Amino acid sequence: MSPHPASENSGIWKLIFGRLDWSAIPIHEPILIGTFAVVVLGGIALVAAVTKYRLWGWLWRDWFTTVDHKRIGIMYMILGLIMFVRGFSDAVMMRLQQAWAFNGSEGYLTAHHYDQVFTAHGVIMIFFVAMPMITGIMNYIVPIQIGARDVSFPFLNNFSFWMTTGGAVIVMMSLFVGEFARTGWLAYPPLSGIAYSPGVGVDYYIWGLQVAGVGTLLSGVNLIATIVKMRAPGMTMMKLPIFVWTSLLANVLIVAAFPVLTAVLALLSLDRYVGTAFFTNDMGGNPMMYVNLIWIWGHPEVYILILPLFGVFSEVTSTFSNKRLFGYSSMVYATVVIAILSYLVWLHHFFTMGSGASVNSFFGITTMVISIPTGAKLFNWLFTMYRGRIRFELPMMWTVAFMLTFVVGGMTGVLLAVPPADFVLHNSLFLIAHFHNVIIGGVLFGLFAAINYWWPKAFGFKLDKTWGLRSFWLWVVGFWVAFMPLYILGLMGVTRRMRVFDDPGLQIWFVIAGIGVLLIALGIACMFIQFGVSIMKRDQLRDTTGDPWNGRTLEWSTSSPPPDYNFAFTPVIHDGDAWADMKKRGYQRPLTGYEAIHMPSNTGTGIILAGLSVAFSVGMIWYMWWLAGLSFIGILAVAIGHTFNYKRDFYIPKDVVERTEGERTRLLAAQG
Amino acid sequence: MSMRYPSPYAGDMTAPFTRPKSAILRRFAPVLLLPLGGCNWVLMNPAGDVALQQRDLILISTVLMLLIILPVMAMTVWFAWRYREKAQASDYDPDWDHSTSLELLIWSAPLLIIIALGAITWTSTHLLDPYRPIERLDATRKVDPAAKRLQVQVVAMDWKWLFIYPELGIATVNELAAPVDQPIEFKITSSSIMNSFFVPALAGQIYAMPGMQTVLHAVANKPGDFEGFSANYSGAGFSHMRFRFHATDRAGFDRWVAQVRASKAPLDRATYVKLEQPSEKVPPMYFGAVEPHLFHAALNMCAQPGKRCMDEVMMTDMKGGAGKESAHDVEGLRHDGTIDVGGYHPLPPGKRGEIAQPAGMTPAAERTPAEQGHQAPGQKDADGHAGHMSLKGM
Repeated sequence: MSPHPASENSGIWKLIFGRLDWSAIPIHEPILIGTFAVVVLGGIALVAAVTKYRLWGWLWRDWFTTVDHKRIGIMYMILGLIMFVRGFSDAVMMRLQQAWAFNGSEGYLTAHHYDQVFTAHGVIMIFFVAMPMITGIMNYIVPIQIGARDVSFPFLNNFSFWMTTGGAVIVMMSLFVGEFARTGWLAYPPLSGIAYSPGVGVDYYIWGLQVAGVGTLLSGVNLIATIVKMRAPGMTMMKLPIFVWTSLLANVLIVAAFPVLTAVLALLSLDRYVGTAFFTNDMGGNPMMYVNLIWIWGHPEVYILILPLFGVFSEVTSTFSNKRLFGYSSMVYATVVIAILSYLVWLHHFFTMGSGASVNSFFGITTMVISIPTGAKLFNWLFTMYRGRIRFELPMMWTVAFMLTFVVGGMTGVLLAVPPADFVLHNSLFLIAHFHNVIIGGVLFGLFAAINYWWPKAFGFKLDKTWGLRSFWLWVVGFWVAFMPLYILGLMGVTRRMRVFDDPGLQIWFVIAGIGVLLIALGIACMFIQFGVSIMKRDQLRDTTGDPWNGRTLEWSTSSPPPDYNFAFTPVIHDGDAWADMKKRGYQRPLTGYEAIHMPSNTGTGIILAGLSVAFSVGMIWYMWWLAGLSFIGILAVAIGHTFNYKRDFYIPKDVVERTEGERTRLLAAQG
Repeated sequence: MSMRYPSPYAGDMTAPFTRPKSAILRRFAPVLLLPLGGCNWVLMNPAGDVALQQRDLILISTVLMLLIILPVMAMTVWFAWRYREKAQASDYDPDWDHSTSLELLIWSAPLLIIIALGAITWTSTHLLDPYRPIERLDATRKVDPAAKRLQVQVVAMDWKWLFIYPELGIATVNELAAPVDQPIEFKITSSSIMNSFFVPALAGQIYAMPGMQTVLHAVANKPGDFEGFSANYSGAGFSHMRFRFHATDRAGFDRWVAQVRASKAPLDRATYVKLEQPSEKVPPMYFGAVEPHLFHAALNMCAQPGKRCMDEVMMTDMKGGAGKESAHDVEGLRHDGTIDVGGYHPLPPGKRGEIAQPAGMTPAAERTPAEQGHQAPGQKDADGHAGHMSLKGM
């Protein structure tokens, strides 16, 4: 497709559309056109359905503008699941290409396309799948576990969510308009510099991450404030549920690490937009500075992802073993130690860039030291199971699968921390296998445990176990089939991000890995079927107690789903396992004495600000300076305008509270 | 130019340089490798002593970690089975949540393993430091300290590898050769993008970075035709950025050198600048002669006409800068984005990019980037910018 005739010379076109012209629409890429058609048709169907059933008002009032941490949590999960489908499609495309491109075949993807696919896969899976899903879980669960009615800054929470979504929108836009970065997920310069990546791809990358980064950072601030300031009376730090502890430390890491990412991307933008020379080869720039900075963010990021899930595994193990968590305080200290050490290891990502032996040894050894508290955590879960009475419900099965999978990933991780071993394994498929082993085996399995565990809390009915088991086995087996070949290929000296291969002997391993991905695809399908089946069978799966698993922490003391205000009366805490303790002491739910409850009001400011940020980013990406300028002014105007919004709160009247609680009393009585 | 390569066997009379670890390992390595039969797991079956020691290290570390991993996995399965609800284990105790002795054990067991592994890491990282000259040909033969190392200068280009043999005055593209049992010293840089120089059969990788020099010492012990490639993604042509490494006996190497020399094409700056242009799937090329100091120009990003060498610029900066008028002369400092600029106007040698190394100074390029990082002159140049060229090769 040749560019639009007007685009080449016309000054007015350039003024309005910047560097956007018809050649940016990838109509010569059948895969993208097909995807685009599906997305458009699906989108039209969705919009039509929402319009037909008159759901726009409901969506806007109850969801888009909500400041309720529970609804925001659910929206984060939906965002994560949608993006997961995209990120996984990228994985399937890569596996297919690598299983195909042998014996002189170039496969079915050009370098231009393939290089975008692996970059997008990494970026999406980390920033728009793992991050939203853990934020979603933390958002939903943390306030209820500490007996709070919402987070500290409810509007900020809504704004954070929409900024994250805005980042996702920017990244998705690159699929159909222009291109995405072809640099790998961390966009190392000089490759990501303007001289070697002159297109819009890296700009999509930068602005997608910058916009989402605002959301992540603010959500981190919000959750820290919530945990520090809004705990129920009696809940001292050492009586915090362990999930809250791990969330707290993950958010401390977010607040400390994300500004580094923001800064390093800002410096890269300056290089790209105004010709500074921070990371260029010439004019005294230094690309290694970028590599250092990005990993000073990047390594803590790994622990931001895994720590909350360590908390989930602790909650699940304790609940389903019907037993207190073994070694609570050592668990807390282990988490703190991991959080601190996560800042002292970043250089292990580039032992091979010529640091001296002593520097390499230092960072290698600090990395290994992290395995000590992590090992302690594993033992703690083991000894929680020991002398327990283990119910193998889905969350517990995911936890055991995690324990068996994660130790292998941990072991290969420590191996990679030995610098001379890393010299042969760095950037190899062995490394790819390693981090998928910990991220899938740890983060994703943890998220599945969390979804199965807390779904009944969020929706009032359990998830179907049959389809859940199918998904579980397909995922676990699929994971091993997909990634063991990559370990082997790594030991055969195969490096990452290859598009075509010379050695036909390697093909069989890529085919096996492809089969594994197929199994995982079926596992994902089963998971979505599980959601669908459960929603249809919700009356059979209904839980009216609010405590379907015989839980131990406060979220199980309230109804499922919890009322908007979570707790009619703020609970008083005497023990770490607050709800288990209350049950043991024969806690009686108060039936009278309700008061009106002070709550925050919904606001559309978050979605408007995020929309303007997307517009600003589009302007910056395509050099439509007028759009960037106007949107930026718009952002300032709306943000300042919002400070004059005095309708920030309201009271849930006493009779509404009475009615809601009365309904719960009836349900509990019907339970017997 | 005639080169004398001293016999690598010269040091044989001295005591063999062995570590007891390796001796133990040699005994059980074959057992560990049993399931790998037939496949070409190059990392597990390398042809060079450095890679071999790295292999041993992988195996030792794995065994050490399995000491703790296997019991944990066994315990997981055992506890999960033993304490399942149906089994109604009689020692069920819902309030049992602490045991000081167990806590001590679960912190100290991993600690002990990590102490052992940490010690191994410290020593092996120093012994196998890519900057450390080869001290042994293999487990039993030491290198004669007086022996000369084969010098190879490596430039990663978009998307092929240039190898310059400065002492032999030859150069090749995408083909590397060295005699067996001959220590090699690679000096590595890149023309534009970060790559990683990796011959898995020979030794671990090290990055090839523009404006910076990295070093790799290695030795091949077995003759063969091995694969080498870039192990760091560098753009569209990355997949085909591969070369062959021929390890041969001395006679074979001499034949190969003669073959390269037979090529009349010289590698001068004009050819180099053309070669720098992006190209893919480049077949091996031979150059029978090489312009002197070409690698220096590549490293300092001044092979193109009109460009100022970075070491020269840094020297100027260190001495207080070249005055205000030099602020206008930035084109000579631009390198990015010039790779596909055509045209070449040769400059008289010595004018640009070839300043003599002041006596008594260690060339900064010989040092690691990290070490150079401490050498920042901290002075301002004519633009008022702090002298931040310290990582560039001088």
